[in-house]
Amino acid sequence: MAGDAPVFDEMNLADGAVRPAYETLARWLKTIPTDLLATRSREAEALFRRIGITFAVYGDSASTERLIPFDVIPRVLTNDEWVRLSKGLTQRVRAINAFLGDVYSKREILRAGLVPEDLVYQNPAFRPEMNQQAVPHGIYVMIAGIDIVRVDSETFYVLEDNARTPSGVSYMLENREVMIRLFPELFSQHRVAPVENYTDDLLATMKSVAPRSASSDPTCVLLTPGLFNAAYYEHTFLADKLGVELVEGRDLFVKADVVYMRTTGGPKRVDVIYRRLDDDFLDPLVFRPDSALGVPGLMSAYHAGNVTLANAVGTGVADDKAVYSYMPEIVKFYLGEEPILKNVPTWRCREPDELKYVLEHLPELVVKEVHGSGGYGMLIGPKAAAAEIELFRHKLAQDPSNFIAQPTLALSTCPTLVEEGVAPRHVDLRPFVLTGRDKVRIVPGGLTRVALKDGSLVVNSSQGGGTKDTWVLDS
Amino acid sequence: MLSRTADNLFWLARYVERAEYLARIIEASTRLANLPSAYAGTSNEWESAVATAGCAHLFYQAHDKATRETVIDFLAFSPDNPSSIRSCFEVARTNARSVRTALTVEMWDAINAAWLELSKYRASGLNQDEHLANFLSFVKETGLRFDGSAYRTMLRSDGYWFSRLGVMIERADNTARILDVKYHVLLPGAEQVGGSLDYFQWSAILRAVSALTAYHWVYKESLKPWLVADLLILNDQMPRSLAACYESIVRNLDSLSLSYGRQGPAQRAARATRTKLESARIDDIFQSGLHEFVSEFITENNRLGAAITQQYLT
Repeated sequence: MAGDAPVFDEMNLADGAVRPAYETLARWLKTIPTDLLATRSREAEALFRRIGITFAVYGDSASTERLIPFDVIPRVLTNDEWVRLSKGLTQRVRAINAFLGDVYSKREILRAGLVPEDLVYQNPAFRPEMNQQAVPHGIYVMIAGIDIVRVDSETFYVLEDNARTPSGVSYMLENREVMIRLFPELFSQHRVAPVENYTDDLLATMKSVAPRSASSDPTCVLLTPGLFNAAYYEHTFLADKLGVELVEGRDLFVKADVVYMRTTGGPKRVDVIYRRLDDDFLDPLVFRPDSALGVPGLMSAYHAGNVTLANAVGTGVADDKAVYSYMPEIVKFYLGEEPILKNVPTWRCREPDELKYVLEHLPELVVKEVHGSGGYGMLIGPKAAAAEIELFRHKLAQDPSNFIAQPTLALSTCPTLVEEGVAPRHVDLRPFVLTGRDKVRIVPGGLTRVALKDGSLVVNSSQGGGTKDTWVLDS
Repeated sequence: MLSRTADNLFWLARYVERAEYLARIIEASTRLANLPSAYAGTSNEWESAVATAGCAHLFYQAHDKATRETVIDFLAFSPDNPSSIRSCFEVARTNARSVRTALTVEMWDAINAAWLELSKYRASGLNQDEHLANFLSFVKETGLRFDGSAYRTMLRSDGYWFSRLGVMIERADNTARILDVKYHVLLPGAEQVGGSLDYFQWSAILRAVSALTAYHWVYKESLKPWLVADLLILNDQMPRSLAACYESIVRNLDSLSLSYGRQGPAQRAARATRTKLESARIDDIFQSGLHEFVSEFITENNRLGAAITQQYLT
């Protein structure tokens, strides 16, 4: 896992042999001419544009940005690998929910001294408004996106937990649809676990967490910030597939602590809100008073137990990079189990011994700001100039608790269609974990993101990343 | 359905209808303005076009004089005119985007394609007659395509009814507005005074609501001003007449009240106006004042729009 370790390719073994899960795909790749693959790739893009016509803006600059490159070569996971992953994901999200329930009530983990208090109380995502407030059925994170990277045949690391409003699931669903249309022959040669039931699972999850005061057929809605939001397309897509109303804040109002939507048939009670709106904007009476996107009085209805917000308010305190480093301890503390999924080894610079190690090894480490995201405020040691390393040395000395450090990971690679032909490119994986009152649901696979540039480890779409269909093969 | 969704569908349909009407006004005015003054009189057709479009006030804030260039630019392209064809298409598309899931693919394609196509046309190019004609037929075709898509592909449920209500309220307003501006050329006195000059004005009115051929089929006569008024106000076979619009409005409001299980002020107001149109005779309307009748209608129609908004869309 250090920078010089051999890169794990998911298809090809070091000796040139092909891993069993990829055998059929590798044979197919040998027979299909590269120019035909390129043609299919262009067809895929045309299909995405058409789907884009259906769901998003078409023809203005905002939408062209949104067309994320799609790679036509799928990524394959075996059923055994998936079973292990999904057990680990379930365990992780259970622990996150237990942690949130605890930090907003008894705070046993803080009293036990396992997680430093200031990491919670001084965390900008911690919501004092949620102190001692029950949430329906005690579930905080109904929809989680857990970013996973692979470094060898055995090891999957969790790179990041997304417990607020993770996005990207529409790409997972559309990638599969496009693949089935373009390569029907591949689907008759492989037994690929379906993903199309995701939206049914999501609806079942939402209904299962309806407040007790709701009717037996609770009304669910999807709350969007509106059409100027970058993920608006995903919001319309999901609302359409879920068969629920896509509402904006102004469509809702609160009366006597009950949330209603304005419909042509009069006010209609709303029981569950899948909100794709950040905490800050939810209720101008409690959070940002200048927010016109939210619903005045929503928090008071929420505290009265008359509406479920998915996800709950204040979940951001659990997906923070500093709290991340404590996840193994968090899993053990609440579940009494060994974590199935490992964390990327992380040095917490707030601890003097670890800071010392980090300062001595800066050129080989990745240093991240605790609250940063999207790759900002980051040092990638092996690629940094000496001056930049010195700058971070200075920053670390000034405010060590604001940073963590990790080794430079050799992410696994998958065969990918690039200009030169088919070549290995680095990938990660975001499975989506749904937690309902009855059970945890995860559709097999998730969204695979791929760094299209040779050698690049950055899979973000803003920096030349694309996506792939992700197959879990039935054994 | 969400009130906001219904509101968007209602206004989306209104704006597409309005754009088509504006295109017809420009077309009819161009035709009149091109006639020798011995046929068309000396009146400024472009002034009357601005008045018929209902935006005289805004227009004279932007321009001193109504000429072919200024009026076409203002009615077709001006971003400062909230009812220009451009603005209509823009609002229609924004509405369509935010209720994307309530539209059929065909309806969305019609609006979206129109918006993309619109950027090809520039005001300066429209000085050439051919270019202008292409532009106007593009706008009219958009109306037909959108309307036809709605008719052929939409579920017959509340979304469709709100969309139809938007079309019909806007259409009734447009027909009434052209009568309101041109009523003087239809008065019996004017016929004697104006003589044949007004013939081309009458045909222009009919063209603006695409009723010239229909007139001949219905009356089998040369143009008579009171028959023009009869066709546009009382003839329920004529799809743009006030009577036909109100028949459709009442039907769609009935569908809504049946589906929601209750009636309201909108249903009552619409039925009152329809009854008035059904029982009126054109002679009586002329007797008691065409202008008064039409202005009263415009007020009632606006009031119905407000009642629908109050009852369903907020």
